Amino acid sequence: MAALLELDGVCKTFGGLLRRRRVAAVRDVSLSLSADSAEVLTLLGQSGSGKTTLARMILGLETPTAGSLRLAGEDIAALRRGAGRRRLLGLVQPIFQNPFEAFNPLRRVEHYLLLTARRFGGAGDDRAAQRATEASLRQVGLSLGEVAHRYPHELSGGQLQRLAIARALLAKPKLIVADEPVSMVDASLRMAIVNLFKALRGELGISILYITHDLATAYLVSDRVMIMRDGEVVESGSARQVLTHPQHAYSRQLKDAVLVPRFGVGDGDGEREPRPQP
Amino acid sequence: MTATPATDRYRSEARQPVLRVDDLKAYYRSRHFGMVREVKAVDGVSFEVRHNEIYGIAGESSSGKSTLLKAVAAAMRPPLQVVGGTVRLRFLPGAKSLYEASSAELDQLRWRQLSYIMQGSMSALNPVRRVRRSFADFGARHLGGAGAAFEAKVIAHLALVRLEPGVLDAYPHELSGGMRQRVTIALATLCRPELVIADEPTTALDVVVQKDVLDMIREVQRQVGSSLLLVTHDLGVHAYLSDRLAIMYGGRLVEEAPTETLFRRPQHPYTRHLIASLPRIGEEAPKATLAGGPPNLADPPPGCRFHPRCPLAFARCRDETPAMTSVGLQHRVACFAVAAGA
Repeated sequence: MAALLELDGVCKTFGGLLRRRRVAAVRDVSLSLSADSAEVLTLLGQSGSGKTTLARMILGLETPTAGSLRLAGEDIAALRRGAGRRRLLGLVQPIFQNPFEAFNPLRRVEHYLLLTARRFGGAGDDRAAQRATEASLRQVGLSLGEVAHRYPHELSGGQLQRLAIARALLAKPKLIVADEPVSMVDASLRMAIVNLFKALRGELGISILYITHDLATAYLVSDRVMIMRDGEVVESGSARQVLTHPQHAYSRQLKDAVLVPRFGVGDGDGEREPRPQP
Repeated sequence: MTATPATDRYRSEARQPVLRVDDLKAYYRSRHFGMVREVKAVDGVSFEVRHNEIYGIAGESSSGKSTLLKAVAAAMRPPLQVVGGTVRLRFLPGAKSLYEASSAELDQLRWRQLSYIMQGSMSALNPVRRVRRSFADFGARHLGGAGAAFEAKVIAHLALVRLEPGVLDAYPHELSGGMRQRVTIALATLCRPELVIADEPTTALDVVVQKDVLDMIREVQRQVGSSLLLVTHDLGVHAYLSDRLAIMYGGRLVEEAPTETLFRRPQHPYTRHLIASLPRIGEEAPKATLAGGPPNLADPPPGCRFHPRCPLAFARCRDETPAMTSVGLQHRVACFAVAAGA
């Protein structure tokens, strides 16, 4: 069986005809995600490392300069237009960094949920779309009554990001590409979303391409990580291996840049975090 | 000139706090068709920043931390107004509140005694002028001249933030984000101010340069002897830099302690949640999560603003607002459940 996602020697160069104006954003990246078992693959790197460009190519939003991208055996380049586009978005769904910009401010958020359920989720009529929407909101810990009739500005970043995930789930994708999904979400809500990604993989069998510069959440959520610098993958392997014992000098530099308190945390005689009541 | 540490200059005053904020209330007030709309972004905040310390304030978006900084810097613009409380600066003549000072008095102390490091270093520097020009403007305005002596002083000060004199001839866009932020740190500390206000100073920076800039801020702060009021949502930054730390929630402080105490023995349920949900490499325990989101400050919940999300809330929390009470050495918490020993 074909791999879910297969990238082979993918390059992307931006810029004009002059050599000095060209920017090689992604250089010769190859990776694959198995179709048999879902996994969370994390692309780690600082800004300018090419991780977002790579994500946009997987979503069919950019074309590679060289190399091939295949999704469930089909060339993504061929899926960019027309009927292929619909098939592509049935397989891979995006979640973007800024939840406040991901929704049209003039539309109630339910609009997008119902639209996705009908267009990609196979819901034949309004009732089916409604039911699918309710189910997917439950999966992310929201209820239809709580959010559906609201406008984006009435919801918090954490709620909007969970809505974005619920919307992505309605298309029943095999792969979710999440580009810095928690960097704009408040600290007290961030872990809930990170844990949600783990649950999606475990319970729904959806593979996740998680893009971040934050090593700590990457460690919590990923099975595999790839560290990128200047468009190239400098190190890849299991999350535990790479993040606890980085080999490449740049990976070590990234790990050293993580701010670690000069003292132990929460290991004093203080009480433990009480379990919140359900 | 010799680098006399400010600790010597102000030894007699060293015991006096540099900044004392008492019951500060700053609201956004606007009128729409006769209806007054009020957002209580800062609602009864008290704290002090001591001599030569880094005092951190952490809070999520819409917790009121940026409004607090605006009020402390007397940089309010309508509809924001201070409706109550005082802000006292040690170096303000007459020991009056900041809001009683004339604009001439405020001009006297801005940048010389009270300065700022902002989040976007690109917007702090004039993009069409070389960095030298930014320094010259600054010198002319605040030091009464920009001659050769001034330039020598600038170059010596740039060395403190490990920048070559060459950056003076660069345009801001030619510098990296980290270098630009170091230029603004140099500008902010050039006059050896007593208090530097830093608003998310490293949030716009890349992860790999963030630590260098933080190290730099600490080093310069220690050398210059300024006090620093550091506001950022990033608890990692606070753990790394702040001497004492306050947690802000819904326009009020909920807990204040020396940073180490706050991280080791958090008391307020909100602080406990924040500390417990800090992800750490090498640790896989599932993290506790809180329901709900931060309160809407246009319509905050009555009583303790955290009670709708609080696992320890009881009847009193809905009716009364808890005051900050001391629970240990330099440790204050605003929570009925904690004060009652829950």
